Amino acid sequence: MNSTHHEPTFVQRYIFSLDHKVIGLQYMITSMIFLLVGFSFMLIMRWQLAFPGHPIPVIGHWLPGWIAPGGVLVPDAYNMLGAMHGTIMIFLGVVPLGVGAFGNYVLPLQIGAPDMAFPRLNMMSYWVYFMGGIVMLGSFLCPGGPAQSGWTSYAPLSVIAGSGQTVWIIGMIFLITSSLFGSINFLVTAINMRAPGLTWFRLPVFVWAQVVTAILLLIAFPVLEAGSILQLLDRVAGTSFFIPAGLIIDGVPMTRAGGGSVLLWQHLFWFLAHPEVYVLILPAMGIVAEILANGTRKPLFGYKEIVGSMIFIGLLSFFVWAHHMFLSGMKSSLAKGFTTTTMIISVPSVAILTCLILSLMGGSIRYRSPMLYALGFLPMFGIGGLTGLPLGFTVTDIYLHDTYYVIGHFHYVVVTGSLIALMGGVVYWFPKFYGRRMNECWNKIHFWLTIIFMNGIFFPMFIQGIAGVQRRLYDPTIQLHNVIVQPTNIFMSASALCLMLTQSIFVVNFFYSMFKGEKTEENPWQATTLEWACPSPPPHGNFTSLPTVYRGPYEYSVPGRSTDWWPQNASN
Amino acid sequence: MSSLEATQNQTGIPNGKLGMWLFLASEVMLFGGLLSSYVILRTGSPNFGMPARELLGVPWATLNTFVLITSSVSMVLALSAMQDGRIPAFRNFMLLTITLGFVFLGIKSYEYWHKISEGITITSSLFGSFYFTLTGLHALHVIGGIVFNIYVLVQGLKGKIINPDHPDRLEYAGLYWHFVDVVWVFLFPLIYLI
Amino acid sequence: MTGNYGWGLPIEASTFAHEMDSSLILVHISMVVIFVLWGLFFAYCLVRYRSRPGHNAVYPHHSAKHALGSFVPDVIVLAFEIWLIFIFGMPIWAHIKDSFPKPEDSTHIRITAQQFAWNVHYPGPDGKFGRTDPSLVDSTNPIGLDPKDPASADDLVVVNDFHVPLGKPILVDLTSQDVIHSFFVPEFRIKQDAVPGMMIPVWVEPTLKGQFELVCSQLCGVGHYRMIGHVKVDSPEEYRAWYNGLKQTQQEAQVKAAAAAVAAQPWE
Repeated sequence: MNSTHHEPTFVQRYIFSLDHKVIGLQYMITSMIFLLVGFSFMLIMRWQLAFPGHPIPVIGHWLPGWIAPGGVLVPDAYNMLGAMHGTIMIFLGVVPLGVGAFGNYVLPLQIGAPDMAFPRLNMMSYWVYFMGGIVMLGSFLCPGGPAQSGWTSYAPLSVIAGSGQTVWIIGMIFLITSSLFGSINFLVTAINMRAPGLTWFRLPVFVWAQVVTAILLLIAFPVLEAGSILQLLDRVAGTSFFIPAGLIIDGVPMTRAGGGSVLLWQHLFWFLAHPEVYVLILPAMGIVAEILANGTRKPLFGYKEIVGSMIFIGLLSFFVWAHHMFLSGMKSSLAKGFTTTTMIISVPSVAILTCLILSLMGGSIRYRSPMLYALGFLPMFGIGGLTGLPLGFTVTDIYLHDTYYVIGHFHYVVVTGSLIALMGGVVYWFPKFYGRRMNECWNKIHFWLTIIFMNGIFFPMFIQGIAGVQRRLYDPTIQLHNVIVQPTNIFMSASALCLMLTQSIFVVNFFYSMFKGEKTEENPWQATTLEWACPSPPPHGNFTSLPTVYRGPYEYSVPGRSTDWWPQNASN
Repeated sequence: MSSLEATQNQTGIPNGKLGMWLFLASEVMLFGGLLSSYVILRTGSPNFGMPARELLGVPWATLNTFVLITSSVSMVLALSAMQDGRIPAFRNFMLLTITLGFVFLGIKSYEYWHKISEGITITSSLFGSFYFTLTGLHALHVIGGIVFNIYVLVQGLKGKIINPDHPDRLEYAGLYWHFVDVVWVFLFPLIYLI
Repeated sequence: MTGNYGWGLPIEASTFAHEMDSSLILVHISMVVIFVLWGLFFAYCLVRYRSRPGHNAVYPHHSAKHALGSFVPDVIVLAFEIWLIFIFGMPIWAHIKDSFPKPEDSTHIRITAQQFAWNVHYPGPDGKFGRTDPSLVDSTNPIGLDPKDPASADDLVVVNDFHVPLGKPILVDLTSQDVIHSFFVPEFRIKQDAVPGMMIPVWVEPTLKGQFELVCSQLCGVGHYRMIGHVKVDSPEEYRAWYNGLKQTQQEAQVKAAAAAVAAQPWE
């Protein structure tokens, strides 16, 4: 492809671009839209949880009759919104934002490369993701509605479910394909295309995080693909991979050959879904590391420990999956094994958090808005990680399994953890994307309101869990033991609404600043890593000449220098 | 527009080769997931439905194994010929590889017809389900490999994208084809012999 | 019964509820301690190391002592977890999930979960469960009990609400007819998935008389939220009275139904 003299058309520049930066921004905007869509589904559900059986105000009558006749959500629609909320948030929202958007945009820049190794594959990765999203949303048009067996799609429920589940499986295959293209690209790029002098241990932590994430996606997703093929065949071809003999559905005996294993689906699913949660958190940790080093004006504490812990987490994440299955009926010895590996994997997580907190020591902390998000991440991830302990411990999991405690745990890690960090990443790299800054003041207001309302939604979940409130309940109040804590649902739903309204600040700030924000120079945060050594925004090809790297990624406040930051590629 | 090209390469392994290896690693996990499921259910299920040995069609499958292995050998010879600049030899070995690919599919089709006429279908038993799923997915990969091989044959004869100085894509096609062969080498004993 | 529940854990109504609660409290105390320690240090750093004139960042000198020191929290957490799992936890898990009371010393029942009800099958005084057959399942016979099997003559099948006597453990053979459900009684602190194709034993020994809510703990479809049963723990005499009374009522109903079926036949 000769790229020296032709002027790209609008379609080539913005729609089917091969430039990793454009693709990264495509991922960013698309994933943020999906996050809002998934959040909206949950808002509808949260109304029903706070006021079961009451018509949803304002929008209730706009909803179609099969979802909310008379404005009152019906049970199967509740389950549909729940399954799609989880699916959309994880696979169409957080991962495409953390990996597709930030990974694509920032990784080549941070390693001094002109683009990804395979630009066309990169472009296809985005469009296959986009199509997967359309398919997933399109499942709402299926007779019987979209998938409604949880994002976990446990068999046999998912096998006997309506056609929306088949469309869900097809959507997942699109998304897995997109992910596969992306992982191959990221790994080849990071392995082969680092600038001269950029050895592995001079890489920013963000790049390490993306590399480990890409390996997890590459190795783990195909197993879910295998499971999805088997579930698809069970659904459409009448096989019995996950169907034992003798089942009676709605009074009618199933006539299939039988002999299958219900638990097999769970093993295949969680083999992906556990590494998937590290895919959700690692890019966010990488972003926090970048912002912390920059905001404290000193190198990170324990760079090697952080990197080593990330690699160790990546490796171990393949050996803990059945801690989601302690009560599934699998052999007790397996439960003992998995609780042990789960305990072991908590160590590198503790190590990373400790190193990040210790990085503050001896610093000169600038409380600009990206730093607020990065700092907010730390205690929130602390709560999320700590609440994983009683869940990973077999004994206490007997009581807490499938309660709101679990929901609280993972939302703390993904929402107050990852999502806060990702928002921080948007704010931090916005000047690089658009050559303009977001409004500092509104960012700070957004941060504080967001983190307060997020805690308002998710902290009471631990209270509900301890009281024994189960997950995925259309109307929790008809179970007697849930009644006394029902007021928490009203508080949580009010917080959720406030959180949604708060995001309008971010959305307005984002789009306004894109066109009218204060113009910025190449390196507004006075950072050391390579993405700041090119224009904002970078031109096609990124660097006018190939940078050479002379030092590590966080050489801040080096004694004897006139400025407190020493770029990686500065020759003196 | 910058004239900077992606020329830096830290490891010396071409991007495409590294990419192909990574892709194959993911494929190992895909077939691994399916094969593990097969092993788990074959050993643990109360009614797996393993048919009598005569119905398995071991001779045909054994023949198919040799067909694939031979096609991998001819693929290696095709690559070697291209690297030496022996284009007619390259063409002949590639044609042999592609033909053997079709032969494999042909024998497989016969096997499928034979099994179905014996009552072993994708729904008749767990064995049937796994048999058609595993070999079916493998056959889809064989088809993909044949398409890739036809592409490299055509390009190798044209000489622009693939030629003795740049045999890379031929090499990647070879890697993929060998992988397809290796998968069969695992499938064959697990389904037919054990 | 509402008195069983509050803003925290429900009342303890089984022999291992207390062990469960102790485990929960222990883990949470350690979580709070870790969080407070981290949090205090974090807050201290935010104040102490804020950027202000005259206070620049200090470029660290890499000392092995420093690096090793950062592992201290990790080692402490790991040591605690090792103790928690192997010394404290394994015996409790083994007690709850690996060792079962003898059927003859328990109230042995079979629970077959279905969308959206709990079918409870008592074996009766002979201690033998009557044969069940999926082909016999219908609206009056939810578990497909075979009336021709002599062992099923003294069996009792109830749906959702069932009684057990105080003073004996309940031994449940748990299964499902259709999709995965999960057997959960908050006051007993016991939970176990009911998996189709598997018969999974689960036991609990109640320590209080009363009525306890049984809910489904694994998404099983549209009616998951309303799949509710009740375990009524009676004194042994009350339990026997209930069992015999209900058995008699069912037998009378069967006789009536048989007579009605005969009466409904046309004269030859």
